[in-house]
Amino acid sequence: MSLLLKLLAQRIALGLLLLFLVSILIFAGTIILPGDVAQQILGQSATPEALANLRRDLGLNDPPLQRYFSWLGGLLQGDLGTSLTSGKDIAESIGKRLGNTLFLAFWAAIISVPLAILLGLIAVRYRERWPDKLISAVTLASISVPEFLIAYVAIFFVSVRLRWAPSVTTINDGMSLGEKLHTISLPISVLTLVVLAHMMRMTRAAILNVMQSAYIETAELKGLRMFTIIWKHAFPNSIAPVVNVVMLNLAYLVVGVVVIEVVFTYPGMGQFLVDHVSKRDIPVVQACGLIFAAVYIGLNMVADIVSIVANPRLRHPK
Amino acid sequence: MSDTLLKVQDLKIGATVYPPGEKPHDIEIVHGVSFEVEKGKVLGLIGESGAGKSTIGLASMAYGRGGVKITGGEVWVNGRDILKTSNSDVRALRGGEVTYVSQSAAASFNPAKKIMDQVTEAAILQGKFSKKEAERRAVELFRKLGLPDPENIGNRYPHQVSGGQLQRCMTALALCPEPDLVVFDEPTTALDVTTQIDVLMAIKEAIRDTGVAALYITHDLAVVAQVSDDILVLKMGDMVEYGSVDQIINNPQEEYTKALVSVRSIEHAEKTPTPSPILKVQNITARYKGTNFDVLKNISVELHPGQTLAVVGESGSGKSTLARVITGLLPQGNGSVHFSGRDLSKDLAGRSKEDLRELQMIYQMADVAMNPRQTVGTIIGRPLEFYFGLRGAEKRKRIVELLDEIEMGEGFIDRYPAELSGGQKQRVCIARALAAKPKMIICDEVTSALDPLVADGILKLLLDLQKIEDVAYLFITHDLATVKAIADSIAVMYQGEVVRYGGKTDVLSPPFDDYTDLLLSSVPEMKLGWLEEVIANRKMESAGN
Repeated sequence: MSLLLKLLAQRIALGLLLLFLVSILIFAGTIILPGDVAQQILGQSATPEALANLRRDLGLNDPPLQRYFSWLGGLLQGDLGTSLTSGKDIAESIGKRLGNTLFLAFWAAIISVPLAILLGLIAVRYRERWPDKLISAVTLASISVPEFLIAYVAIFFVSVRLRWAPSVTTINDGMSLGEKLHTISLPISVLTLVVLAHMMRMTRAAILNVMQSAYIETAELKGLRMFTIIWKHAFPNSIAPVVNVVMLNLAYLVVGVVVIEVVFTYPGMGQFLVDHVSKRDIPVVQACGLIFAAVYIGLNMVADIVSIVANPRLRHPK
Repeated sequence: MSDTLLKVQDLKIGATVYPPGEKPHDIEIVHGVSFEVEKGKVLGLIGESGAGKSTIGLASMAYGRGGVKITGGEVWVNGRDILKTSNSDVRALRGGEVTYVSQSAAASFNPAKKIMDQVTEAAILQGKFSKKEAERRAVELFRKLGLPDPENIGNRYPHQVSGGQLQRCMTALALCPEPDLVVFDEPTTALDVTTQIDVLMAIKEAIRDTGVAALYITHDLAVVAQVSDDILVLKMGDMVEYGSVDQIINNPQEEYTKALVSVRSIEHAEKTPTPSPILKVQNITARYKGTNFDVLKNISVELHPGQTLAVVGESGSGKSTLARVITGLLPQGNGSVHFSGRDLSKDLAGRSKEDLRELQMIYQMADVAMNPRQTVGTIIGRPLEFYFGLRGAEKRKRIVELLDEIEMGEGFIDRYPAELSGGQKQRVCIARALAAKPKMIICDEVTSALDPLVADGILKLLLDLQKIEDVAYLFITHDLATVKAIADSIAVMYQGEVVRYGGKTDVLSPPFDDYTDLLLSSVPEMKLGWLEEVIANRKMESAGN
């Protein structure tokens, strides 16, 4: 057991180190961004004196290293800073947006992950036959079309023509869960189509790889049904690669939904980030970047931990 | 209604082949084989690789591996032709009436599931037993097969038990659903001899106690003679000879069967040691990086010019590690390697070109020891260029000479390794080693992957070449029959130590130390009742102690 714990501790420490390095990158990246927040706030007609005063008040004249460490110090205490443009506490305004993004990602994941794995299993069961080819063709087609196009096509048919689901997906606290889900049904569907192919194909490939093993032959010679073999004997041995790709896609559902949020005017993190990039509101951009990085690193860490724990040799040493 | 359980008639099996540079096409690999197995009897299927014995065994479960298809004939199990029944009937047959024990239990157990779940799976699935009954039966079988801690071993994962134990678990897996027929496919081939004898006895007793019939597939006639009632000899998908075990072993009719029975009859008289050994290994101690365990402990052996030192031991005894130390791949911790009148550097990087030339190596797996994209001529020509600077016609002349020496001839010079048989590949590797005109060649299990008759040919060739080239061999093997055939002196290794060392006659004559005795008495002999004799002797000895 100690070896397992050691590996897990190593992996978690590595994740934290990575997050620290990313914070440096984000900070350095936002510093070299072009544009001037003072100019943005005061407008083109501002006098040079007013600009200089505002810059000093905002702390923009301090040396970068000092700004980084005061930012980092704040982060460690849970203080993401205040927005330059609105003057509000960033943690507060992001919290709500992040909740919305996670809500959308959660429901998209609930549908797409089991569906992708199920389709992968079916594709293996009927490999090289029509169900396999159909699943591959449809999922590949859906991943190949740009997601905004799928989104607009879906809006045109489902919202405009059939009027089944709204195209503007603004949700608020007053709605019941059912109302919320109905409101976001279109973005969920589009996101599912976008992430399905990757996970499904990885599941298929990982299981097919395992299907070459001698123990699959043993299972066949026990008279097991093909689907039982795939599910009980092959799938447990292909968890590691499948979890890896699932986590990558979950991260995408959180980090990469900017386009979908804009198309459906969903009040999530993505839209929030885009707004503040255009306003040159550096602290907000930094906070969003760091949260996205943390989600990415965190989910990949979970994938690695699952892979480590899924290995019976590590779970049950000699 | 007779007691016939399995009846195979005129069975024909085909496969799709994908030869390089040609279109894939179907060929026939089993050409009309017929045999019968009665209830409670054991039929041995014997032959070399490519004889179709595994294919026939699996056909009795209506199964074809990869692209293998049953193209004709009938397979009757319990009075019905299983080639003509529905899929669900075939599934009920597999794991119920007929079960299978594979060569490599280590690969045939699912690493992610507990042994017990895998052993009882078929019995529960086929509705033969409830989960509880099946587990009780499995424990009983574990006990019968001599597994340690039979009550709890099922809760372990496959990687937590040894290879020999796992092979016995595989036998329990096959016997658990109370089948009528078990197909044993080389169940002991991957095991060390001392482990093989235990597994063999366990299998034999299990067959006797449960009254199950069996197909026993192996390339080792001495093994099959211990467990079978009848034997069917196969060659290239054809039946060669079919008879009782007594008739096949003691009175074989066909030339091919005679050759199989008399395999390993090479005689080689021991040479006397010379005053100046070519290789002197002194007090070698070695361990692998990052471990604190000595794999070799104080090893000292000598090899004389033009002679053969056989290093024999089971897997994990350190014999291949010794070769790595001598070749400089693993620098020793203590001790020295004295070769051809000089001390060799511990490290490969510290050795001269002459050191490298005079000390060559041949490996177990000939096909991975050669570049598949190079022709035989390029492979053999490389050391000629590298060590002697030979080019053009001169080089070609020498390559042809070497090809003649390994009894293959000029016709092979432009062939690729994929176009050669296993024995031919090993011959090319021998020629490549000889091309450097070495004083000594390390042969690491060079015949272990080959069929007995082919291996015999390689051993004869090595002995002939030793006479011509006056080269010394350090011959690493786990196979005592090979040792008897070619060695002048022998070092028996066990857990990193040399437990017995000396001239061949001395080492192989009593009085023995315990380990050598165990090793020697475990080598299957080509006579009926050998297994019972050995087991009876061992029981007597342990009772006497």
